Amino acid sequence: MQEIEKTLRSRCAELINNGTCDKVIAWDRGEFFYDNSPATFACADCAQKLVYDCFCGANLSKYLIQYAKEGKTAVLLKPCDTYSFNQLLTEHRISRENIYVIGVGCDGMVDIDKIRAMGIKGITAVKEDGEDLVVSTLYGEKTVKKADCLLEKCVSCKSKKHYVFDELIPEADGEDVKENGRFDMVEKLEAMTAEERFEFWQEQLSKCIRCNACRNACPACTCRKCVFDNPHSGVASKANADSFEEKMFHIVRAFHVAGRCTDCGECSRVCPQNIPLHLLNRKFIKEINEFYGEYQAGETADQRGPLVNYTTEDAEPTAVSDRGDN
Amino acid sequence: MKKLAVKDLNKFFDAISADQLLYMPLEKGGSVNYGIYSRGDKYDPTVLHTVKSVKDVFFPQCESMASFVTAGKKFEVAPIAPVDQSFTVFGVRACDVRGMEALDKVFLSDPVDSYYAARRAHGTVISVACSAPEETCFCTAFGIDPTNPGADIQAVIAGEDILFSANTEKGIALLDKVADLLSDTDDSAADDAKASIKEILNKLPLADIDLSAWGEGKTEELFDRPEWDELCKSCLGCGTCTYVCPTCQCYDIRDYKVGDKTTRYRCWDSCMYSDFTMAAHGTNRPDKKQRFRQRFMHKLVYFPDRYGMFSCVGCGRCVAKCPVSMNIVKVIKAMGGKNNG
Ligand code: SF4
Ligand code: SF4
Ligand code: SF4
Ligand code: SF4
Repeated sequence: MQEIEKTLRSRCAELINNGTCDKVIAWDRGEFFYDNSPATFACADCAQKLVYDCFCGANLSKYLIQYAKEGKTAVLLKPCDTYSFNQLLTEHRISRENIYVIGVGCDGMVDIDKIRAMGIKGITAVKEDGEDLVVSTLYGEKTVKKADCLLEKCVSCKSKKHYVFDELIPEADGEDVKENGRFDMVEKLEAMTAEERFEFWQEQLSKCIRCNACRNACPACTCRKCVFDNPHSGVASKANADSFEEKMFHIVRAFHVAGRCTDCGECSRVCPQNIPLHLLNRKFIKEINEFYGEYQAGETADQRGPLVNYTTEDAEPTAVSDRGDN
Repeated sequence: MKKLAVKDLNKFFDAISADQLLYMPLEKGGSVNYGIYSRGDKYDPTVLHTVKSVKDVFFPQCESMASFVTAGKKFEVAPIAPVDQSFTVFGVRACDVRGMEALDKVFLSDPVDSYYAARRAHGTVISVACSAPEETCFCTAFGIDPTNPGADIQAVIAGEDILFSANTEKGIALLDKVADLLSDTDDSAADDAKASIKEILNKLPLADIDLSAWGEGKTEELFDRPEWDELCKSCLGCGTCTYVCPTCQCYDIRDYKVGDKTTRYRCWDSCMYSDFTMAAHGTNRPDKKQRFRQRFMHKLVYFPDRYGMFSCVGCGRCVAKCPVSMNIVKVIKAMGGKNNG
């Protein structure tokens, strides 16, 4: 990764100097080694500070709605982020001509919480060393396998290929990942009885603190005013009563992003209570694939999603009951 | 000082919870938050922080205050009474104990918040010293001593034992109640345990954060600083930092109506939300920068102005939980302080 980071820094500086863009949206170093923040870099010297390592999980595409309105903005997108970018283009939330996309190669981003969950505390630095991560802590040094602490979205990465870019760093692009196992857990949930499944979701969703991080991070949640922010809607965004509010919120959200969710994994990544929200979205994706044929939101910027398109071949609403679902 | 074997903690919990509610950090669905103990629940001393702080016990995220029922022309109001039963909270860390002091300043000063005051009056708090602080902890920068967490009773784990000392009348009464389970001991084991925690505290990477640019009377200097423009950019405007924070105290009051019955409840609000303090004329913080600035200015300038203390206690929750890793430490450092290089 160090090599890519160096190339990115000099290339971004060059793009600012030669007028291709006036700023770059990338990641900035935090206090520790795992807490990079999205940031804009508006001068060639500043661009020398951008960071690209295994803690760049945040998907930068949604920031473009706000920060690429004027001028020309360059953005670093990992393969999974490019789907979100295309989806934003499809929905006319961003303008292609204002943005210069640098597709960055990715071999998986790390979830610091997974390292913590291994009982490793007081983490002051993390270094990549081949397949391993060397973790320095207040209590000594530990080595872990990088593969054991990838973000959920990276464990089931669907593609290493960029679906939109102006240039790639490194130049060689990756391939789709066919065997990604991303529906395995959905299948497990489907195999449960209705009661077991209810219990699973009740336990998870009752942890929700209604912080709305999942919604705010989601590149498919781009309504100018969310219904849950409308005090007159009767579904206020803040109450965390587990009898109604949380489930209502999550079900409405999952329905609303159905067919538009690219499975970028941001919702689960940002949730402070580690609720596996991606499972709701993946259930919808799986259903759409089954009822309407394989569909990947954001693969291109000009496709009509199956749920906003009508064809005479469409599944009948009775398809679900015919299948015998409970 | 009183002593109990850590392996016998459940006996202690059972004895306390025999006639009252006992709140403590409990795991559910993979996350640890304060919950109500029931027989057999396990306390995990290796968990430093709950996701939501102890604030959730005294000032719950969501609480009903009254209900209204309409029947024809009749309209009935049924206020919901504040708590009137004693309860105990176990496992509170030093930072959260200080966090409660900040909440006290707000809710116990005139006009007193009767719901909060009732819980404070009926609750006995048992704090536990932090055996293994995290890199995100910077409580010591605010003069907090994690080895002497305070509250009604304070505990420290020393090897196989947990050692208690009572600081208040309430604390003495509670320890008396479970006296059968406890034996007397001197301070030496506790002192040794504290000494080894202190070695770690000296190494905390954020402990030497320089707060000199912040505090009372700094509004004019800091309000229009250009750094806010850049800092706020990555912020998603979510409620994570405010909801996990032990001192954020803003709430909203809403009605929830089903048929003839309306429940009036209050729930935590967040200054990061676009509808925060929305009034008839709109909101006085219409953009993200203004909302973002509010949170940090409130903790580090306005609260000191008003109450003479910072309302950040350095628990590090927002540092660990912000989805984009933007946090109060980055903000403090961005505005200067000569040791913040
Ligand atoms: S991010 Fe998690 S806790 Fe926050 S609203 Fe979404 S599901 Fe709830
Ligand atoms: S600072 Fe972080 S946690 Fe707080 S509102 Fe912004 S994105 Fe959310
Ligand atoms: S601002 Fe952050 S570190 Fe400070 S008390 Fe609140 S959550 Fe803890
Ligand atoms: S901030 Fe201090 S008191 Fe709080 S958990 Fe960390 S070491 Fe303990």
